Parts: sequence; structure tokens; C-alpha cells
Amino acid sequence: MKRLLKGGRVVDPANGKDGVFDVLIDGDRIADVGKDLKADGAEIVDVPAGLIVCPGFIDMHVHLREPGQEHKETVATGVASAVAGGFTAVACMPNTRPVNDNAGVTRLILQKAAEAGLARVYPIGAVSRGQKGEELADIAELKEAGCVAVTDDGLPVATAMLARRALEYTSMFDIPMIEHCEDQSLKGDGVAHEGAVAASLGLRGIPGVAEAITAGRDILLAEMTGGHVHIAHMSAWTTIEAVRQGKSRGVKVTCEVCPHHFTLTDDLLAAPIAYDTNTKMNPPLREARDRDAMIAGIVDGTVDAISTDHAPHHYDEKNVEFDRAPFGIVGLETAISITLDKLVHTGLIGVPRMVELMSVNPAKILHVPGGTLSPGEPADITILAPDLPVTIDKTKLVSKSKNTPFHGWSFKGGVAATIVGGKVVYVNPAVETGL
Amino acid sequence: MVAPPLTALKHKHLLGIADLSAEEIVLVLDTAEAMKEVGKRTIKKVPTLRGRTVINLFFEPSTRTRTSFEIAEKRLSADTLNVAIASSSVVKGETLVDTAMNLEAMSPSMIVLRHSSSGACHLLARICKAAIVNAGDGMHEHPTQALLDAFTIRERKGRLKGLKVAIVGDLLHSRVLRSNVLLLTKLGAEVWVCAPATLIPPGMKQMGVRVTTRVDEAVEGADVIMMLRIQLERMQGGYFPSLREYFTTFGMTEARVKRAKPDAIIMHPGPINRGVEIASEVADGSASVILDQVANGVAVRMAVLYLLAGPQIDTD
Repeated sequence: MKRLLKGGRVVDPANGKDGVFDVLIDGDRIADVGKDLKADGAEIVDVPAGLIVCPGFIDMHVHLREPGQEHKETVATGVASAVAGGFTAVACMPNTRPVNDNAGVTRLILQKAAEAGLARVYPIGAVSRGQKGEELADIAELKEAGCVAVTDDGLPVATAMLARRALEYTSMFDIPMIEHCEDQSLKGDGVAHEGAVAASLGLRGIPGVAEAITAGRDILLAEMTGGHVHIAHMSAWTTIEAVRQGKSRGVKVTCEVCPHHFTLTDDLLAAPIAYDTNTKMNPPLREARDRDAMIAGIVDGTVDAISTDHAPHHYDEKNVEFDRAPFGIVGLETAISITLDKLVHTGLIGVPRMVELMSVNPAKILHVPGGTLSPGEPADITILAPDLPVTIDKTKLVSKSKNTPFHGWSFKGGVAATIVGGKVVYVNPAVETGL
Repeated sequence: MVAPPLTALKHKHLLGIADLSAEEIVLVLDTAEAMKEVGKRTIKKVPTLRGRTVINLFFEPSTRTRTSFEIAEKRLSADTLNVAIASSSVVKGETLVDTAMNLEAMSPSMIVLRHSSSGACHLLARICKAAIVNAGDGMHEHPTQALLDAFTIRERKGRLKGLKVAIVGDLLHSRVLRSNVLLLTKLGAEVWVCAPATLIPPGMKQMGVRVTTRVDEAVEGADVIMMLRIQLERMQGGYFPSLREYFTTFGMTEARVKRAKPDAIIMHPGPINRGVEIASEVADGSASVILDQVANGVAVRMAVLYLLAGPQIDTD
């Protein structure tokens, strides 16, 4: 079956395209992108002016919680949340129960994803068996089963030696080692960014350098080994500085930032709701200097990707004392609105850069299909409604969990529709899409 | 036009000194004067809180604070009960929210909460109709301690404004420190804080105090010396090498006290570690007001409970 998307603004930075084009989909693939395409027998979709047709957005950092914590999220609810948030693919972290450190768990996740049939799911395997930081997991087997990267996310790779071995080993398969940077001895029992806010609230702190120290370690090890390290969810200005220096020396280092870290600061822990556990995530919300450094890195090109670190937790788990609550917030359904509002409409970046951060670069880093609308690529398409007024209502989230600090926030911009493999998997009822 | 004098707190709960204005603090202290008088009578009881139920919900062991609240409640004729829950059983059992909702279902007027987590009182205040009184939450605040400290200082010195107050001890983990700094700076005292560099929280200077690691400098010319408890586990946590070294470097000795004003008073929220943060000669000496603090605690807590109970309903 053919479908012709006519008349939207197409932004496809990989092909240098930004203008009004038609996009022809043939089955599950992109057939052509051009002016006034003719397609006999194709279903014609008149895309209203003002909508933006992009290669499918890829969230390279989510927690789908299955197997083992299905009360928070499942693969099925996670991908439903993903497509409602405009993501055509997600890469899921291995800190499930059991840990995704073997092909059996990887296959289970892929099977659940195939059954759900919405967004593509790329499992990420563990660096170490059981994420215990002792011995390498069966990385060749994980890769063979479908893992696109390895990480001990939730924790850093425990020792410099293990990180070295992992970088050497993964370089054989051309997959990145994704690092959750956090020196455990400096983190201690910390629950919030170490600074004036945590001090006044009486919360134990996690200093920004706890992140930068591990990032620095891994960047040096990547330089030494030739491996590819990807720095996950950066939050501290010192970390981005370490990445910038590494990149300037030609190290194979890439990095990502989450919307909450380029939007919020630790002031949100004190007000409007003091000790709101939906402001507790790891890495924590930091100071204005850190938040501004994330924005600067996004603008100057240091930052490669925007990811969400979608970390669903059940209401009961968050409805406790701040220091007892788990770290993490959901992010799949808020990322596009926040990015459009805080980065694009403010003039900090253009839509092409946004597409790079959320589609082109995640595909490159993980070596997965997509990131472009080139003929022959999968017909994975995110359609943006850049001027749509959106108010976040946590009760309306598709995700099984509702732990967002953005409840009640209003943003300009949202998702119009999501197409995966030529199939329309999500249409925002608030937008006239033509679909 | 002059605003009429304050007769009530502007808050339903007492979660921390951070929420109180200087005016409200003075109201509590003034009210406590009257309450102290009740404690001097033979019949130490007034009917103010008759028919009101107050639950003392303590998740941390406490002798002084819990007893002090209970006596205060009884002197105000409240129906009072103590619920002490070991933290370990909470780990296995019900959540703080469930415990609170169950107690709430029995319609208490007030819940006095002591808890090891900072912000636990804020959580309760969001779900309970009862007024919440913070009796110490984690490393955050201990507002009634700061109020009774201020009451004691005012009783001895006649004022707070302009006094040099030196607070020495574990600043990092102390809720007493946070509440006292907030209160004393609001009332115009000159506050110095002193600790080993490992026990000074970041952002301390932003709280409007002078920070030093030299105890002699902190104590020099002070009107008030307030010691904070050093817990053994801090040494085990690597914050300083030994209790002995702590005492020689930061302990309050008679020699150090001599640097303060001749009429300086020595305070400590208790329980004291003799020979660790304070020499026995100092704790037991004539300048010590440590037991006055305990005595005043009852009057101050009576004042807080009275002011939070709201207007008395007169049905006749």
C-alpha cells in the first residue's frame, strides 16, 4: 500500500532538506521525498500547513521495567507511551529483574515489543553480569540477540578496569558503552543535588563532580582503548566540560541530555511543593549554572542527543518520604513539548537541530535504522504540531506511571502523529492531521 | 496606620521556622511567658485544649522532646497519646502515609511528628486535616527546639537582636542548627557557626551567618555559645579522625569559654556527650543554661500547641 503525505514542512537534516515536500511511503519504507510527487493509487494525505514531518524520533534512554517490575510499566505500555510522545523507537535499559545480561531476556523484550507492535524497541544489554560490576556480561551473545549497546545504567560501571575491558570488548562489535556517570563514594546516601537548596531542606547531597569524575575516567579510557563511550543523562556543567574537551581531542565520546536537566533546577525541590518526590531523579536537578551549561551544549553542538531517561514508578512508591522514594520521572510524553517550547520557540535552536538531537544522532550512536527520510529507509515518521498549546495532565498520560514534575505545565508545541513502518500508530486527537 | 498586634499564627501547621515571620516568633515567645507561669502553679493545668486529641507520633527514639510535648499537652488538658514506631518495623510494614491516614481517620486535632526523613512533616501536612507540629524531621528542622532556645536566650539576655551567638558542632547533619540559624537571623542576632570543614553544609554562608573552622574565632566575644551534639557515627563516617581529636580541636573547654563575654551563657540541645563536644566543667558550670532549656521547652511547646489550636469555641 502506498501513502503520499502532501504539503507538510519536511525537515530531514541528514539529506539537507528543510522545506515543503511530499513524502511517499511504499509499504513499510520511504519511497521518495520531493516536490509534487505523483503516485498512482496512493492514498493521499493532505498534511496541513504548519505541521512538520520529520524522520522518526528515537529515545535512546528509557526504562520499560519488563521483565520484573510490570506494576510500573510494561513493554506494551511503554511503547504506547512512546508513540503518544512522538517516538517511533526507544532503547531500553537493562536494569530489569532479572537484568538483561543474557540473550534470553533480550529475546523476551523483543518478543513483547513485537506483540505490542507500536514503537520499535532496541534493548540495551548489561556491561556486567547481573550489573554487579564484577565480570563482563556475555556481550557478543547480547549483541547477536539484538542489543544495540551495553550499560550498567542505574549504576556506573563499577571500576576503571571493568570500564576499560568493556570499552575494549565492545569496540569489536561497534557498539557503544553507555555510562551512567556517578562516583559512588561521592554520591553516598545522597538524594538531591549538593547545594544550597539541599542544605536548607536537610537533604543529603550528590555533588556535580560525582558525575564528572566518572565521565572523565571513561573519556580517558575511551581515548586509550579506542572504544566508544556514550555519556548518559548529563546534569553537571563539569561533565559537559569533560565531554567538550574529549571531543576536541578526537575521543569517541557522545552524550545526551534529558529535558528536565535543560529546563528545571533544584529550586523545584523546595517550591511550589516542598519535597515533591516527582522532583527526585538521578542524576538530580542541579543549579542554574548546570542547567544553562546543558542548554549551551545543545546550542554549540557538544550535546549529541536528547533522551528522556523515562523512569516510571508506581504512585505508591513515590508517595513516601523524599529520601525513601525511588529516583526517576516519566518523560516520553513530555519531551517533544518541552523541547519545542524551551529550545525551539525561544530561538535557541531550529527544528533541524532538534531533529538531529532526537532522531539523526540517536540512530547514528546506536547504529540503528532511521534518523533520515532517505528512500529505502523504514517509514518511521514523527509529525510535529509546533504551535499546538499543550497542558500536561498526568492523569492523561498513556504510560502506566504518572510520576512527572511537569503536571499542570503548559507548553507551545506537541505531537501531531507518529508513523512506524508506514503504519499510523498514533494520531493526536487535538490536531487536524489529515491522517 | 499601625497594624494590630498579632494574636495568632498565620499557619495551620508548624513545619519549620522557615515559614514563620519575626512577628510570629515573638508571639510564640510572648505566649510562652504566660505558659511558664502555669508551670509554676501548684495545679499545673489549664483547660485550654480540653476535648482536643493530640497524637505524639515518634518514629525516632526521643526522651526529652517527647516527654516535653506530652507534659505540655497534659498541662493544656488535651487528650494525648503516644505512638512510638521503630523505623525498622516501618520498613516491613505500612507506609508513613497509611499510618497518618489511619490516625487521621480518628480525628485528632494535632499530630506531633518526629521522623528521620527530612520533609516527613510536609508530607503529612498535605494529607492530614490535623495540625502538624514538627518535632524534628531528619536533617531539616526542629522548630520547637529553636523556639525554646530563643526563649531561654531572651530570658537571660532580655533580647536577641545584636547578640553574638556562636554555634559549634555538627552543622551538616543538624536540624537544630537549621532551625536556630533561621530563627536567630530573623530576630537580628549575629550568628557564627563553627565546625570541621567536613561538617559544614554547602550554602551555609547564604543563610546569613559567619562561617569559621576556628572555634576561638567563633567564641570570641560571644554572648551565647550553643553546642551541637557530635554523634559517634560521624567519626565512623570519616568526617573526623577521632573523638579525642574532635574534643581537642572543637570541644568547649573552660579555656575557650573565657574568650566569650564574661556573662556568656552555654547552651546544648542535648543529649550531651561529655568530653566530646563539651567538657563536663562547662556543661555543669554556672554559665550553663542547659537544664533551663529543658524546663522552658514545656512552656514553649504549650505556647505552640495553644496557638495552633485556633480560636476557642464558646458555645454559650
